Amino acid sequence: MAFGSRPVFRDLSCRFPKGRVSCILGGSGSGKSTMLKLIGGLVRPTAGRVLVDGDDVTALSERDLYRVRRKLGMMFQGGALLDSMTVFDNLALPLRERGEPESRIADEVHDRLAAVGLQDVDPLLPGQLSGGMVKRVALARAIIQRPVILLVDEPFSGLDPISTRRIEGVLLDVNQKFGMTMLVISHDVPSTLRMANWLVLLLPERAVEGEPRALATGRDAEVVEFLTSSEATSAA
Amino acid sequence: MRWVQDLGATALRFVDDLGRFGLFTAQLVRALVLPPPRVRAFVDELYKLGVLSFVIITVCGLAVGMVLGLQGYNTLARFGATNSLGAVVGLSLLRELGPVLTALLATGRAGSATTAEIGTMVATEQLDGLRMMSIDPVHFVAMPRAAAMVAVMPLLAALFTTMGIFGGYLIGVGLMGLDGGAYLSSLESSVDFRDDVLGSFVKALVFGALTGLIATYRGYTSAPTSAGVSAATTSTVVVGSVTILLVDYVITALWGV
Repeated sequence: MAFGSRPVFRDLSCRFPKGRVSCILGGSGSGKSTMLKLIGGLVRPTAGRVLVDGDDVTALSERDLYRVRRKLGMMFQGGALLDSMTVFDNLALPLRERGEPESRIADEVHDRLAAVGLQDVDPLLPGQLSGGMVKRVALARAIIQRPVILLVDEPFSGLDPISTRRIEGVLLDVNQKFGMTMLVISHDVPSTLRMANWLVLLLPERAVEGEPRALATGRDAEVVEFLTSSEATSAA
Repeated sequence: MRWVQDLGATALRFVDDLGRFGLFTAQLVRALVLPPPRVRAFVDELYKLGVLSFVIITVCGLAVGMVLGLQGYNTLARFGATNSLGAVVGLSLLRELGPVLTALLATGRAGSATTAEIGTMVATEQLDGLRMMSIDPVHFVAMPRAAAMVAVMPLLAALFTTMGIFGGYLIGVGLMGLDGGAYLSSLESSVDFRDDVLGSFVKALVFGALTGLIATYRGYTSAPTSAGVSAATTSTVVVGSVTILLVDYVITALWGV
């Protein structure tokens, strides 16, 4: 994968177990967000395949991608909420596009808002929400269509430790309640190690994957150093 | 030989951009006929592009008409033909100044706002968010804005022309003492509905389509940074204005409108 002449990563191969929480860790510029965009078909790789529930998204036209994306939900780092619409309308939008009746839409919207611990925010605009609330509304919108796979980009960035813990709890609750495969990108190693069932670590020249505990206590010195030094930095 | 390379690269970029613009236009036209019709968004845009441009178009139309009245009266007085002031002001506005100046003003006010709005949506990943919800951003964001620009431009041009004719009347009759009946009768006798009024309407429609396309395309393809949005907004005003003037010449030369 490259942007122009600048390679982001090469020879990358990894998988994400079904129904589990997988976390992707790596330094700045290692291609973590790009990996999520590859899975969502928002960018195309220079070579290779990306299989999403059996469909190779790199071989699909934009119109066919819309079919695959119905299986995906994505929570963007900045929320990506439509700032001209209220919270309710942001969540209702994909359901209205599918032609769902308004009575059902209201029930679904309030169910998802409750799942992320929000109520009485229907009439607010995204600009009136705090950073943590934006993340939770974005998460609620990402799961509004009950996707098979949930992509979560930097859910803890810019949040204080209490909000980080709250979002972490919400993500785990959502995973348990809806049973969806979850791919989480994060810089926050302690949160990642607490949440993840599966870890993909993007290092400068290679990618490593495995159970978090096994990786943290394994023999690969580079991996252990990344995890322990990042953990120490976060704790400090 | 460096300049040859630069020239070649610039030419390639231009052709590439033109190709993308063509594809975007095709997507937009396709979106126009695909359901759902996006009536609510279209009406919202009519308000933003049309109603919010009301004051600027009214004031500028009046000012241009007053200048035309003053200049026209002084020039016609040399030939003793001041009774033709209504025809000079009316035809100048209907055939040329009304649609062209309205399009330039709309590009500067509404076109740049459209580009900035869509560009900001690109920079904040709102368009990617729509794609991830299986909603086509061209259909949801660009199409209602471009369609509203096409619909609103003839109305704004008509308002500009009407205010201009009124401005000419104020100067010719109110200030210079010309007979009001002579002003209106020369206007009525010289204006042909098919050639002048419909021609003006067609020009405004074409300019509306160009402004809508350029503004939405520039926003849609802007770089996802504040500098990128700023560059796209500037580009809409520059490219839009130059294109309107060039196309105006082509329409006038080919069809005499």
